[in-house]
Amino acid sequence: MNIEPIIFYFFSAILVAASAAVITVRNPVHAALSLVLAFFTSAIIWVLLEAEFLAITLVLVYVGAVMVLFLFVVMMLDINLVPLREGFIRYLPVGALVAIIMFVEMVIVVGSNRFGLDVFGAGMKHGPDYSNTKELGSVLYTVYVYPFEIAAAILLVAIIAAIALTMRRRPATKFQDPSKQVLVKRNERVRMVKMAAENKTTPNE
Amino acid sequence: MIALSEFLILGALLFCLSVAGIFINRKNVIILLMAIELMLLSVNMNFIAFSHYLGDVSGQVFVFFILTVAAAEAAIGLAILVVLFRNRRTINVNNLDSLKG
Repeated sequence: MNIEPIIFYFFSAILVAASAAVITVRNPVHAALSLVLAFFTSAIIWVLLEAEFLAITLVLVYVGAVMVLFLFVVMMLDINLVPLREGFIRYLPVGALVAIIMFVEMVIVVGSNRFGLDVFGAGMKHGPDYSNTKELGSVLYTVYVYPFEIAAAILLVAIIAAIALTMRRRPATKFQDPSKQVLVKRNERVRMVKMAAENKTTPNE
Repeated sequence: MIALSEFLILGALLFCLSVAGIFINRKNVIILLMAIELMLLSVNMNFIAFSHYLGDVSGQVFVFFILTVAAAEAAIGLAILVVLFRNRRTINVNNLDSLKG
């Protein structure tokens, strides 16, 4: 009795159910949490495909960073959900129809007569000393080093764009200007006052 | 034994679900962004399945870059969403007609 198909079908069912929940639930917070479940489950399926590094990356980067960002934005915005739900029932038949037609077409193309077991076999099984991370890194830093640097530049652009889009200067905000602080002159801060000298007083008077 | 076609059908199913999600949630930008993330996930599933069954690690490198670009896209998309909500007090797609396009 092979356990791999059982694992695959069990987690595939969870993945499909979670994805269906993402697009149908009313509350965006529930949708984001369902998407977290979908990412987590597909990470498990990726482990089944011996892509351990990407599975852990999916959990760390997607569940840990991107989905937290989604949840943060969803909870921060005070959204009126009622007008956003209108048209849900109206577009449900056409959406389902398009999805079913696409799915049938894709199954015809990628079905088991072209990509089945007798055509592609059972996949490459590696031994226990195989390191997916080492394998990936040895390719990533040699063959794909320029795309890797371009990816770094894309992330930098994303940081700058996100900050530049959301930063705003309120007129009432008080902040320091370091260049003005450095360039200050003496007579902008010190005012000399001419006044008559005080008379000498004795303390016991 | 799991055939390659089963992973590809799973990816196709995820992709079709997210297309249906874009159809039926066309007013809500947040759900649209989530459906796009789901689409990218299904594409990554196909890449990793082919990488495993062909014994070529390049497919996983592509998934790595797709994850990078998807993270950047999500960050910028959510930043645009926050600015949009700050200016218009809504995220309804129907109200985003300032450009009169």
